[in-house]
Formats: sequence, C-alpha cells, structure tokens
Amino acid sequence: MNTATKTISSRPQARGNGSTALPAGTPAPDFALKSTPDQTVKLNEFRGRPVVLAFYPADWSPVCGDQMGLYNEMLSEFQEFGAELLGISVDGAWCHAAFCRDRKLHFPLLADFEPKGEVARLYGVYRPSDGTSERALFVINADGIIHWSYVSPVGVNPGAAGILSALEELQGKGEGE
Amino acid sequence: MKRDASASVPESALPMPDRDHIQGPIDAPLVLLEYGDYECPYCGQAYPIVKAIQERLGDRLCFAFRNFPLVNSHPHAQHAAEAAEAAGAQGHFWEMHDLLYENQDALEDEDLAEYASIIGLDAERLIKELQAGTYTARVRQDFRSGARLDVNGTPSFFINGVRYDGGRGIEGLLSALTAEPVK
Repeated sequence: MNTATKTISSRPQARGNGSTALPAGTPAPDFALKSTPDQTVKLNEFRGRPVVLAFYPADWSPVCGDQMGLYNEMLSEFQEFGAELLGISVDGAWCHAAFCRDRKLHFPLLADFEPKGEVARLYGVYRPSDGTSERALFVINADGIIHWSYVSPVGVNPGAAGILSALEELQGKGEGE
Repeated sequence: MKRDASASVPESALPMPDRDHIQGPIDAPLVLLEYGDYECPYCGQAYPIVKAIQERLGDRLCFAFRNFPLVNSHPHAQHAAEAAEAAGAQGHFWEMHDLLYENQDALEDEDLAEYASIIGLDAERLIKELQAGTYTARVRQDFRSGARLDVNGTPSFFINGVRYDGGRGIEGLLSALTAEPVK
C-alpha cells in the first residue's frame, strides 16, 4: 500500500502481531445496526466521505468511557475532514441510549447485539473468550475501502493520533487527484 | 478542505518557549510537559505533586502546561482554560493556573473574575475576553496538539518529549524524570 510512504512517529502501526483485523485495502463489509431502539444505521449511507469505525468492548467500563469521551471531544476535528464517527460494541440499543445520555455523547453508538458480535466478526475483531469485540479502529475511505486499521491492547485507550493521521492521508490523496 | 491554524499547532511534546507557558529554565536537563484540564479531579490531584517535584528538582526542571479541556464532561473547563490564557496575556498565567487548581469547585465566570482581581489583574478585561472568545482558538490549538500526541485523558505527562504512562504518584513521576540521562 502506498499509505506506507508517509510515516508519522507518534502514529501506532496498523495491525499488531497476530491480529486478525481486516487490513488496509480491504473493502469494508457493509452492515446495518441499530443506533437507538428505533433507528438503524447502514455503513453504505456514508459512502462519499470517510468513516471512523471505533469498536470497543463495552459501555460503562472505565477505559471505554474515556475513549468514547475523548472522541466525543474530538468530533469537530473529525468533522473538519468530513468524517463520520461510529462507535460500536456488543451492547444493546437501550444500553447505548443510557450510556450516550450519561456521557453526553454526540455521535452514534451501534449495537452489534443480535446476532451478537456479528459485525465484529466480519471485521476480524471479535474476542470469543470475552464475548466482546477488540478495541479496534478502522478508517474507511469515501469509496468504502479500509484505509487504516489498528487493534489496541484491550485495556489501553488508543487515543486519536492514528485516526487523525489516517484522515489527513485521505485528505491529501483527495487534494492530489 | 484545509485545516485552519494547523501551522500553529505544536507537533512536539517538548515545550515551545515562544508559545507555551513554562516554569524553570528552557534548557533545563529535565523537561516535564502536562496536558491538563482545570476541572478534572485527577489533574487537581496531580497539581500538588507537580509542585513538589518542581521544588525537589529546582533549576534542573523545566515544566510546561498545555490545555486539554474535556468540555462535555467538564462544563467549566473551557472558560477556566481561557481565563488562564487571559491572565497569561496580562503576564500572570501561573498565578491563575494555581488558583484554578486550588479552587476546582468554584469555576463559574464570576469566580474567574474574582481570581483575576485577587491576582491584581484587570478583571473586566478578562471577562470581556472570555465573552469574546479571545483565547478559544489558542486553547483549541493546545487540545489539537494533544490529540496528535495521543493524549487520551487528563492529566497526560510527557518527560523529555516522551509519553509517561506510569503511576501518577510523586514517586513514579520523580523516578521517571530522574532516570532520564542528564544532558
């Protein structure tokens, strides 16, 4: 991939050893998941702009809260790239609704709830031992192709530097075309 | 689509003397940079620890502070950060920084004005600058720089430009600082 031509020291490298996460260059599997008890979000609705897909293990656990809370603060940064942020975990839509309200989150959390973890499995980031997803990030380009993916140790908030670098690369490509 | 003001966002976790707020000699062998939020209780806990470390290391330490307000969790954090910047514009950043951390439960605008008066600043000017958002962009630059450096919560510390992920107690920070080879 030509994405490797640009190196930024603070950026985590895509795919840890042994990761099964779908790598850059793979078409992002489409999905339709509930974001609230009566609303469904489809990935292909966002075709034409970048999507940040942030898998996390669970609502309410402290690290997750920090990670989603951090991304919540960075929405304006993501929006400057025209990017849509989607959080996704195996929690149900009612749980997400309560979590969003409590943390004042301003982006959708998707319920990968039934069949449990199906979308996480499609992206290669399900943890059968825990029954949750990995803490995994995917930046998907406007054509629905995965541009960058990263799996963080499950207890570590991965921050946003990798996402921002990936979005910047996509923007650079768009300008050069 | 160009990102505005990106040129002025620091890309390094080393203090930049022309923009950052710094205590101690800029060429000190040990450099501690904090990304903090004035309404964050963990930052409040770190505040006396940083003070103690500064006292202990004296001129061997350069300490710098950048803003990382988490405004959804902490509704007063943005104005508090801007008040410190406004005080900085009047030459008294650190006095305001200290007062804010010492009074984390009183960060309404009228409290900020009172702190300005205590320090001997022009409180009216400070409030006007808060209302006008004079330092909003500056605080956002700090925040953006933190996002680039993978700051994932507050407080986040960098020692000689390298992220510190150890404990937040004085022992952890101090031993990480003094374990660094003295340049």
